[in-house]
Amino acid sequence: MGRKILFVTTDQQRYDTLGCNGGTLARTPVIDALAAAGHRYERAHPQSVVCMPSRSTMITGQYPSTHGVWMNGVALPADAPSVASELHDAGYRTALIGKPHFEPFLDPFARFPENRFARDGMVGVHRGFEHFEAATHGAQGQLHYARWLAANHPEAIGMFYPVLDGALEVNSLGGGDTGAPQVHDNAINREWYHTDWVADRTISWLDSLNATDDWFCWMSFPDPHHPWDPPASEIGRIDWRDVPLPAGYHEDAATREAVLDAKPRHWRAWYDGRLVSNYEAPYSWVPATLTADQVREINARNAVECELIDEALGRVMAAIAARGWDDDVDVVFTTDHGELQGDFGLMFKGPYHVDGLMRLPLIWRPAPSTASAPSTVTKPVGIVDLAPTFCTIAGLPVPPWMEGKPLPTDDADAQTRGFERVLTEWDSELFGVGVHLRTITRDGFVCTTYQPGYAHDGTEGELYDLTLDPLQEVNRWDDPSLASLRSDLIADLWDHQPPMHAPLRRVEAPV
Amino acid sequence: MTLGSVRHEIRINRPAADVWALAGDPSRLHDWFPGVVSCTVDGNQRVIVLGSGMSMPEEILVNDSIQRRFQYRITTPIFRYHRGMIDVIDLGDQTCLVVYSTEADPRTMALTIAGGCAGALDELKRQMEQPAQSTENGAS
Repeated sequence: MGRKILFVTTDQQRYDTLGCNGGTLARTPVIDALAAAGHRYERAHPQSVVCMPSRSTMITGQYPSTHGVWMNGVALPADAPSVASELHDAGYRTALIGKPHFEPFLDPFARFPENRFARDGMVGVHRGFEHFEAATHGAQGQLHYARWLAANHPEAIGMFYPVLDGALEVNSLGGGDTGAPQVHDNAINREWYHTDWVADRTISWLDSLNATDDWFCWMSFPDPHHPWDPPASEIGRIDWRDVPLPAGYHEDAATREAVLDAKPRHWRAWYDGRLVSNYEAPYSWVPATLTADQVREINARNAVECELIDEALGRVMAAIAARGWDDDVDVVFTTDHGELQGDFGLMFKGPYHVDGLMRLPLIWRPAPSTASAPSTVTKPVGIVDLAPTFCTIAGLPVPPWMEGKPLPTDDADAQTRGFERVLTEWDSELFGVGVHLRTITRDGFVCTTYQPGYAHDGTEGELYDLTLDPLQEVNRWDDPSLASLRSDLIADLWDHQPPMHAPLRRVEAPV
Repeated sequence: MTLGSVRHEIRINRPAADVWALAGDPSRLHDWFPGVVSCTVDGNQRVIVLGSGMSMPEEILVNDSIQRRFQYRITTPIFRYHRGMIDVIDLGDQTCLVVYSTEADPRTMALTIAGGCAGALDELKRQMEQPAQSTENGAS
């Protein structure tokens, strides 16, 4: 009998939403306890700041350039390499419960297995997962959660916020007390909400296993990704009026706009509503209209969703303990990318490689039986390192097609094994608006170079000193005193950046 | 109004007339378009049923066997505008180029529908280029 693996992911969660990372809004005692007993990573970055590429990196252990899912709407081939397949082939029982998103959701033809399984009464096998039960951010669509809700609580379907509007664009409809976009009072019973459903289905699957089984369970919560529509019964936990504004949000518009103006032009163009470069933000919403109170209310709802996740995880941990497995279970907690959540006067996500989107919560609590010493790891690591870590936990060699390395257990380990840099890519093309970024984070700096596209000629860039400028407000790309450093970082970036998958995979849908 | 336009094309190693015989037959769409479960044609009206269970009414606008052009529009209300067009272009060397164009308002529907169209082109090529199958009576 080997070590079992509970892989917990959320969607679009910031680093600073956890108590163990300094967050003060959401109470996250379960995750905080895992962090105290394990390894807490202070500089974990995704290889893409949107869902499908990042999740494809999680399962393949490859950069987006290699697995080829270069933007949302591009499907990861069903036969792509999968860490779940590696583990399953080695005798592990495997499950994915919650949000997968390796394939497009907008799929009226039901061409993709993720969207067909529930219709066909199936729960796998897919991508190495013998059990595959899918959910997303609401009750619409073809996934298992939507079908479960329709069959058991049809009155709740209309209670969720409509993520997409009538034109299938990300909805800009406002709600709550402040009219904030994607905020909504959801009358659903807490027990029927997808966070608790994911935990319930996870517990059910774990209960179906034999005591001696080794298992890998990817429990994938759709929250705290917008819409911010947690069960209304829970929103009283945090009064948005008491929520402090984030340090990255300047109430004074002139200050806010001066910061944006020092960045490549698509930042300010989006803020002003002149350019929506990507599908992931509401098409008809203008960030400049965002008010301080809206930021407060969104962050309050987001924090409630984080608390519900923490409590759901607590229930799963209790179920694991009840099975007598606690000493043999590794728990890895992270997310696919962050959320701007008011930084720079912006919300949602897009081609903006700053901490709000790139700095992720990452906790690895090794199985207590390993007696691994708790640590805080400050060296840069990536989501690309997760799949190799799972192989190592299972006692398997890391397959040659994986591009990451097993996570370091402390800074000395990271130093020894060369965790010096982490790379993040952005490519998108939406009706002629192409944006291409390549970013390296190394030696306390984050450096982004732009390739030619709709709004850029290829000379633009961003360079931030993460120590002196933790909010990334002072773009030092053109600072002569850092010219040499900038050249070194870019050279290092291109030395380690895998080439783009050829031919370019096709965009199948907006998302 | 948000108009989106997406075009996919594929070269098929079969004469244009052979490809047109299938692609230009509005009643056989479900034979080569993955995710289209069935289609029913009545005059210039066609109703297709998708894998999700969604039923989609269409109006056939052009079915020109000389130009080898098929054009239609989806008439379900979610589309403020739609034009779908299939062109089978003879390249003169016993091969052809098939172009499947989608224009739609809202623009997101252009991306969503065109993804299916691209998959259909792949399937059309696969069917057209697969070796001739022997039939039960031995003919091929």
